[in-house]
Amino acid sequence: MAYQKVAIVGAGITKFVRRAQETGKELAFQASKMALDSCGMTIDDIESVSLGTAPDAFDGVHMKGEYLSDGSGGWRKPYMRQFVGGGTGVFAPIHGWLHVASGMFDTCLVVCSEKMSSCYPHPQGAFKTIFDHTTEQALDPTLIWIFALEMNRFMSTYGITKEEIAQVSVKNKKNAMDHPAAQLPMEITVDDVMNSETLAWPVNRLDISPASDGAAAIVLASEHASKRITDKPVWIDGVGWNLDTAYWATRDLSYPRYVEKAARMAYDMAGVVEPKREIEIAEPYDPFDYKELHHMEGLQLADRGKAVEMLLDGVTQRDGDRPMCPSGGALGVGNPIAATGLMKVIEIFLQLRGEAGKRQVPGSPRCGLAQAWGDLMQVGTVVVLRR
Amino acid sequence: MELDKKELGATHYKESALKEGKLLSLAKQPKLQYAWDNGPAIGRYLEELKEGRIIARKCNKCRRIMIPPRMFCELCWRPTDEWVYVKDTGKVNTFSICYVNWDASRIKKGDKPHLPAVIEIDGASEGMGILHVLGEVEPEKIKIGMKVKAAWKKPEEREGAITDILYFKPVRG
Ligand SMILES: [Zn+2]
Repeated sequence: MAYQKVAIVGAGITKFVRRAQETGKELAFQASKMALDSCGMTIDDIESVSLGTAPDAFDGVHMKGEYLSDGSGGWRKPYMRQFVGGGTGVFAPIHGWLHVASGMFDTCLVVCSEKMSSCYPHPQGAFKTIFDHTTEQALDPTLIWIFALEMNRFMSTYGITKEEIAQVSVKNKKNAMDHPAAQLPMEITVDDVMNSETLAWPVNRLDISPASDGAAAIVLASEHASKRITDKPVWIDGVGWNLDTAYWATRDLSYPRYVEKAARMAYDMAGVVEPKREIEIAEPYDPFDYKELHHMEGLQLADRGKAVEMLLDGVTQRDGDRPMCPSGGALGVGNPIAATGLMKVIEIFLQLRGEAGKRQVPGSPRCGLAQAWGDLMQVGTVVVLRR
Repeated sequence: MELDKKELGATHYKESALKEGKLLSLAKQPKLQYAWDNGPAIGRYLEELKEGRIIARKCNKCRRIMIPPRMFCELCWRPTDEWVYVKDTGKVNTFSICYVNWDASRIKKGDKPHLPAVIEIDGASEGMGILHVLGEVEPEKIKIGMKVKAAWKKPEEREGAITDILYFKPVRG
């Protein structure tokens, strides 16, 4: 292998909240400081910084990467901002991995910070300009359209019902009750989801993750550097990312081919041959409840149209055979876009170390996966972690 | 490290705190405007819409007839070859019944919901869809696979925009 091995050695996170008094820089600082403290390091030990943050339009701050650099410890260091919409939270650690795996650096601080609350009347409006300016924006689209259109296509292709999909939301919001950073921990029923406001059929309010402010950070180290830092490294054994065409209306919306390609890239690198058997625990990206199922299929963790059966059989519960989103996911912990993906990486890191507390899954898993998704529903980002 | 045992950052506040002046914030609205160039592909597409026609581009390598038209084939990554008129009919690939506006505000009580859909256009390659809206249909009657036809603005009202098609409506019979 031509790469240096790369370990995650520390992690930090803020609470995820609808509106944080702290600025984006301050949130980035809080998460980064916690990550460094968690492994007894200081900013002087950090050779490079990979920053992830999603649309500038949320903050109304152009060049948000530069804006956030001080809080992220990027001052007078090799610093790089990553941005692929909702996929950013796993894309930033992938770039951190590149920094270290290449041999350029022995350490990298990966920081993801998001502040959506600055945008009024609602950050959803900032998404209008992701649609094609001439052929789509004139129709006054809202972000929920593309999710509603994709969810409908997914449901009708495989004969899946809204009630079945709602169980993802019930599971994840319940899992979040045990996450100290969680914004929307709730014990709810399928009926609660079905009876919540219809926003864009088939999408109801409780099918969707909230808008959030928050930050997360991890510390990466090369194999030899990690030995001085921790005796419990978690290795990034595979990384993958892939982008599909921006002509989204010409794609097969029932299946995320780009997630499959990203996953296969990561599996090949990690030597994962049978993902269904070898990936013991996963955090697929769940900004909407159906997306967890959609992504499990793209990730080859379920056959096409069959992820729902694993859900209904309880296999994806925290105490099931293949726990999905044991953190509580975007639906329960919250969705400060870029920070969400990194929260998922941190969850797998803690689960593999046996340090997930009340959220700890049984069976001492050795191999897990975190995934994020975004841009114009076209990018998949995947990391495979092992202890 | 276990998160449960740590003090986590981020201090939540309610929007009302701003209104009541308990927390200060600065509200500004940058007023920028953009003029987006169309390029030859979308430029011709809009000109044809003004005439009440839909035009696509064909790639002679993969043989796809693509809509919206594009001067390069993103699959073969080569220039496209020909202009091809396609029909103003198609079928519903997927749809939604939407009660919120673009900025997350809710539609007014009594107003009809937005009916966005992906329409696969007849004459274009299988699965080639565009985003548009449906009209002249009860929301509960919409079905995936339903045949639809463009409802055009009157010729004198067309301006060379995607909205020259008001909506797609079910084809009767
Ligand atoms: Zn071609």
